[in-house]
Amino acid sequence: MALLQIAEPGQSPEPHERRLAVGIDLGTTNSLVATVRSGVATVLPDAQGRGLLPSIVRYLSNGNVEVGYAAQTHQAVDPKNTVVSVKRFMGRGVKDIDHLQNAPYDFVDAPGMLQIRTAAGVKSPVEVSAEILKPLRQRAEAALGGPLSGAVITVPAYFDDAQRQATKDAGRLAGLNVLRLLNEPTAAAIAYGLDNASEGVFAVYDLGGGTFDLSILKLSKGVFEVVATSGDSLLGGDDFDQRVFCWAVEQAKLAPLSPRDMRLLLVKSREAKEHLTYHGEAPLTARLSTGEFVDVAIDTETFCRITQTLVQKTLGPVRKALRDAGLGVSDVQGVVMVGGATRMPQIQRAVAEFFKRDPLNNLDPDKVVALGAAMQANVLAGNKPQGEDWLLLDVIPLSLGIETMGGLVEKIIPRNSTIPAARAQEFTTFKDGQNGMSFHVVQGERELVSDCRSLARFELKGIPPMAAGAARVRVTFQVDADGLLSVNARENTTGAEASVAVKPSYGLADADIERMLRDSFSHAKDDVHARALAEAHVEGQRLLEATRSALAADGALLAAQEKASIDARIAEMERALQGSDHRAIKQAVEALNHATEDFAARRMDEGIRRALAGKQIGAL
Amino acid sequence: MQNHFDLFGLPPAFAVDEVRLERAYREIQSRVHPDRFAHAGDAERRASLQWTTRVNEAYRALKNPVQRASHILELQGVDVAFETNTAMPPDFLMEQMALREALADATSAKDLGALDGLQKRIDADRRQLEGRLGEFIDRKKDYAGAANLVRELKFLEKMEAEIDAAYEAIE
Repeated sequence: MALLQIAEPGQSPEPHERRLAVGIDLGTTNSLVATVRSGVATVLPDAQGRGLLPSIVRYLSNGNVEVGYAAQTHQAVDPKNTVVSVKRFMGRGVKDIDHLQNAPYDFVDAPGMLQIRTAAGVKSPVEVSAEILKPLRQRAEAALGGPLSGAVITVPAYFDDAQRQATKDAGRLAGLNVLRLLNEPTAAAIAYGLDNASEGVFAVYDLGGGTFDLSILKLSKGVFEVVATSGDSLLGGDDFDQRVFCWAVEQAKLAPLSPRDMRLLLVKSREAKEHLTYHGEAPLTARLSTGEFVDVAIDTETFCRITQTLVQKTLGPVRKALRDAGLGVSDVQGVVMVGGATRMPQIQRAVAEFFKRDPLNNLDPDKVVALGAAMQANVLAGNKPQGEDWLLLDVIPLSLGIETMGGLVEKIIPRNSTIPAARAQEFTTFKDGQNGMSFHVVQGERELVSDCRSLARFELKGIPPMAAGAARVRVTFQVDADGLLSVNARENTTGAEASVAVKPSYGLADADIERMLRDSFSHAKDDVHARALAEAHVEGQRLLEATRSALAADGALLAAQEKASIDARIAEMERALQGSDHRAIKQAVEALNHATEDFAARRMDEGIRRALAGKQIGAL
Repeated sequence: MQNHFDLFGLPPAFAVDEVRLERAYREIQSRVHPDRFAHAGDAERRASLQWTTRVNEAYRALKNPVQRASHILELQGVDVAFETNTAMPPDFLMEQMALREALADATSAKDLGALDGLQKRIDADRRQLEGRLGEFIDRKKDYAGAANLVRELKFLEKMEAEIDAAYEAIE
């Protein structure tokens, strides 16, 4: 009898066959990392066996950082330096934050995004989020036995461009190759849809710690198509805590609280809320630093009454999404509940009442997003053979537009457009001889610029002198598969061309990210060079494999000379991968990318030709 | 100009076969979508982004009756001239003004029942207009006549968007 071979723990049997990819749910309250092992998506636990990592970061004056449970235990003693629910601040300015007075931080108003002054210096929400992602990355690398090939990070579907860009930056800052930003309800739909082999129209009701999303999806034969999405990026379980907190302050007739007491009472309020999910009454006791002792009890009825408006507030986006999808309640075959806050009985009741059916709760609402993200990461990494994978068609949640005369918004890409999407619009000059135009890019549904979110401003110069209205400036909006926008403007009536590409202003420049990465490595024990080499290796290997499989599939599309030139680059890459110079590998990657440009375009054309050929034969 | 029908291997007709369109769309997407190239090189990812964008744009245009009709007319060399040609039959305009007034009244009275009624009315008008448009384009090949109907349909489309906005304002 042949002996069965078993690989060492943490080592995959065929190192170049499987790419290490994870899904990360970067939540307001908790974060998780999951991966697909032996075909099954599982949440990766920490050394103590805990799957959840509290999304809490504490900065110490010696420059050290505590993350997760360690930070959680100190949140009431050191509230100013312990950042909770940082997701609420991603891509947001000071003026965007409600209840600012109830957050115990030293905010610093910075252009684009607020910052927080801590004992370890001023930190942006992007940096704080990166601190949460780092231990998750380390956890995954330890469990999987090597550097990750890539990660899918989830974001609320209703996140705007600023919030998405900030999330992607945080991923890069944490040393992750972000394969994709995936909408949380869509991730949940993948986990549910694949689990139950569902078909039809589904609604995903996702009430997280700080955000609310409602997505309507059509599932059919391996296609997940989001038809509409809506939500509120500043509504979540935290708001229910806040209501209990305010109620307790009133009941106990407390004077304005210190940051420390505020945090303590908020923690107690959250505990009371969670207790009420399973009990009719919850005690709420706290010993304040003033010596006062808070001792009140809240019952279910009171809790429902003080949070009723919040529950109702979630139904507005539900109605809107249905309207946008052109569907009614009776068209929906199932309602999937996601997010810890959906455990609250009043939420379950309200959703059941609205959809006239019992919502689906069979997967853990805390884990379902990470599990779906892991499944998608596995597909994106190319670990699934064609035919066993699926296609995901998602949308942008908010319209993108440009400011026109009088502070009005001209919508260029409407909400719920399937991504990637691009649309162009022509603009003209207002005055004779005008040689520049300034553009203001905004996101939102309102008619007035002042009611929308400002994403970027940029100028196009060098327009040749012409009469007013004669110039033709074409502005193109491109939204990629992550839902991220880039804008391009060009004047081409006279053949003189001016072109500018902008990334919205709050995003970190590549140089900033590199600097922050260097800084963080000099603090950590991580060896910068070893890490850079390992990452370059993963990237080089990835490209090498992709190119080889492309050649194997479609090599016939190349002339002998073209083939020889690509082969030469491949040989260079192989040599570079033997060595230990990460710069040489990077150069080889660039050279190989460049050499395969035409080939890539031809393969894509060929793919479409084949798709249609196959279809027409079938249709005849 | 690019022909969206060719992209999906469909004959250019206003009465588009939606099942075939959707099948062709998904078939192409499953080959060019960025998710298929997430682990590929930059060149392939760029090509994938460009193609997917183009396919999404064409699909969106063919699914929407106003855009589908405009596209066919454009292929026939007829300009729908949404911006420059604002001449409309007087009775159509009168009717639209009456509908708009009804919408304003329903909005200020927060009357959801009246909104539902308006929506049904526009839906019916729209279906009827789309039927006529199919006849003008596919059967009579009267493209100039069709251009007038497309402009009317665009009016109804705007009205629908305003009804949606009214629902939102009331809720």
